[in-house]
Amino acid sequence: MVLGIWPHVRTETNVNRIMYTVIATLIPAALAGIYLFGWSAIQVILVSILAALITEAGMQKALKQKITIIDGSAVLTALLLAMTLPPGSPWWMTVLGSFFSIAIGKQIYGGLGYNPFNPALVGRVALLIGFPLQMTTWENIHPFLSGADVTTGATPLGVVQVARLSHKPVPDADTHQFWNMFIGNTMGSLGETSDLLLLLGGVYLLYKHYITWHIPVSMIGTVAAFSGIFWLIDPAHYANPLFHVLSGGLMLGAIFMATDMVTCPNTPKGQLVFGAGCGLLTVIIRMWGGYPEGVSFAILLMNSLTPMIDRYIQPHLYGAK
Amino acid sequence: MIIKGKKFPGGIHPFYGKEFTQGGATETLPLPDKVIIPLSQHIGAPCKPLVAIGALVKKGELIGETTGTIAAPIHASLSGKVTQVAPSPHPSGNQILSITIESDKQDEWIGDFEEHPDYLNLDPDTTKKIITKAGIVGLGGAAFPTHVKLNPPKDKKIHTLILNGVECEPYLTSDHRLMVEQPQEVIEGLKILTRILGIKKAYIGIEDNKPDALRIMEEAVGREGDRLVETKVVELETKYPQGGEKQLIQAILGLEVPNGGLPMDLGLVVQNVGTAAAVYEAVRFGRPLIDRIITVTGRGVMQPKNLRVRIGTRVEDIINYCGGFAGEPGKVIMGGPMMGPAQFTLDTPVVKGTGGILIFPKEEVSIEESRACIRCAACIEACPVGLLPNMLSVTAEVLNFTEARKYHPLACIECGCCSYVCPSRRPIVHQIRHIKMDLASTKKKVVMV
Repeated sequence: MVLGIWPHVRTETNVNRIMYTVIATLIPAALAGIYLFGWSAIQVILVSILAALITEAGMQKALKQKITIIDGSAVLTALLLAMTLPPGSPWWMTVLGSFFSIAIGKQIYGGLGYNPFNPALVGRVALLIGFPLQMTTWENIHPFLSGADVTTGATPLGVVQVARLSHKPVPDADTHQFWNMFIGNTMGSLGETSDLLLLLGGVYLLYKHYITWHIPVSMIGTVAAFSGIFWLIDPAHYANPLFHVLSGGLMLGAIFMATDMVTCPNTPKGQLVFGAGCGLLTVIIRMWGGYPEGVSFAILLMNSLTPMIDRYIQPHLYGAK
Repeated sequence: MIIKGKKFPGGIHPFYGKEFTQGGATETLPLPDKVIIPLSQHIGAPCKPLVAIGALVKKGELIGETTGTIAAPIHASLSGKVTQVAPSPHPSGNQILSITIESDKQDEWIGDFEEHPDYLNLDPDTTKKIITKAGIVGLGGAAFPTHVKLNPPKDKKIHTLILNGVECEPYLTSDHRLMVEQPQEVIEGLKILTRILGIKKAYIGIEDNKPDALRIMEEAVGREGDRLVETKVVELETKYPQGGEKQLIQAILGLEVPNGGLPMDLGLVVQNVGTAAAVYEAVRFGRPLIDRIITVTGRGVMQPKNLRVRIGTRVEDIINYCGGFAGEPGKVIMGGPMMGPAQFTLDTPVVKGTGGILIFPKEEVSIEESRACIRCAACIEACPVGLLPNMLSVTAEVLNFTEARKYHPLACIECGCCSYVCPSRRPIVHQIRHIKMDLASTKKKVVMV
């Protein structure tokens, strides 16, 4: 007979299941990336995952820890990183980003659960700072097996930034462009383009209760509200709030990265504050910052505030006055 | 009229497993060959043995005397010869001084007890004395001596009694069967308790997974009319730990027991339905508490049953009566799966607070390694008292008890919801118990039972 401590029954949910479920919910958007950008996307995804697994196993072996690469967390980080990279990123850059994510973003703190920052974003931002040119070179859509030539161009956010920096009016987006941005028929990082498929993944995560609505709703809502105020004041120089919501990495960030359990606050109220902070910083960087997109920086900055938010916003203690 | 209860925050919905035994009428276990009666079956100081090896005792004879106010006396549950007075395995996992009695097969009572057919007209002090002498403790599991709850300090004005018929612990159905089979005894117990406390209001809380018990108790209350104080049967959401005293008060009245306080600070007394029935038995027939209903259940036993067994009956005798193990046993638990301790021997006896024996077959037992906290916050969401179990867990893990104390460990009711939901399989509730033990040891005061 077995002894063991109570409770003698446990929920079926475990870490591995959570990780692989999140991976599964990312797959539709990743497949859209593969459809849009073909081999350029496949190569980035595979290189990123392989580099992450080798990094994690290598570091754990070096530090004489148990090797936990089958738990899915490294694959998830690598997939998320790949989805934030431009399709066609050079392989060495992907390897470097993936190494950074796992080694500096996660293992150096003690591995899964101990990292203060979202590891995928640590890798992405390291690349963004180290290789600004490669990180802002965007391939035009060249569907899988279509044989179309790989050319480069500017993303919708890039277009807006150029207009802003040259003090020209922001180009007006029409319903057609909004629809293309929503379904993903647009340029961008390889897994961030299809808001529709990312939302579908998010709905499933909500259903499984692996994320709650608080962060995505407050982050996206804040982006819409904050950018909307400026748009109402001066629509010629500020982009439509719908444009802000549908463009760039907002959906990917709000649904899959800001909600990272390890690095976001623990209470619903804290998550609302966190999401609002992410949204606010995203818009500030997009409107006045040096980069066209601010989601990654916004989430990382808010990650650093998570311990403080958790300290000040705690659940109501039963029987406390 | 059955009223609907409110919600308490947090809680979980584990597999309830009540279907094994909820429809099975309570049987009585035949006279066992021997019983092992621990001298500590309640929260409080252990009893002092009154018999030595070789003594002949009768059923109902006082064999353990209390040594403090928060304690309950202990009685022989069969007639026979005392063969051992020694530390023996207790369901809690500790070795507790216990009296072993081998049956003389006569099963004789110690003599005639003073019956009280007019039990409702006794004065409260007499009734309280009878309850004290009968050794009644809370039968819901906590085993808090009942008479203590009935003697609140003068400055606490009690106005409401809550009978706890929730039985939220998965698998257990003994309270359920009691309410279905003996509703009148529960009601008579309620009458006695409300008279002792001199109060005008009572509630009976039952989870909505026991519609028959709800209906039967409601009918029993209805039949009484004016003979009963204003009594409401409350239908509560099926959610663990609905039956926790604090959660029950919150769900029925929307009130929170002040931090560090007791229900009596709100003018409330909470008693288990089984305790109410035991109070009736004791007061009406003058007999001490020597048996109780337990649920023997799980996929690891051939014939799951609700059984009336004598206090002190060994687990092995009970399992044998239920057809033995089904397949290879994996775990034998005294109580339910959420808070019951697993047993290392089948010699452990049933004590007053034992609600059941749960047997998992080997294939249902898995041992999973505990991993790092991933801050998923599932424990925070599940905690019914609003703790940050994750912080308690990670601070206890590194033995940083100074830090751990900032997270209100003493508010923990040890329901185990945090450990249940943890995807990293962390033993959170035990880490919190560790913090509490550290606190207790620095205060030089023992609180663990």
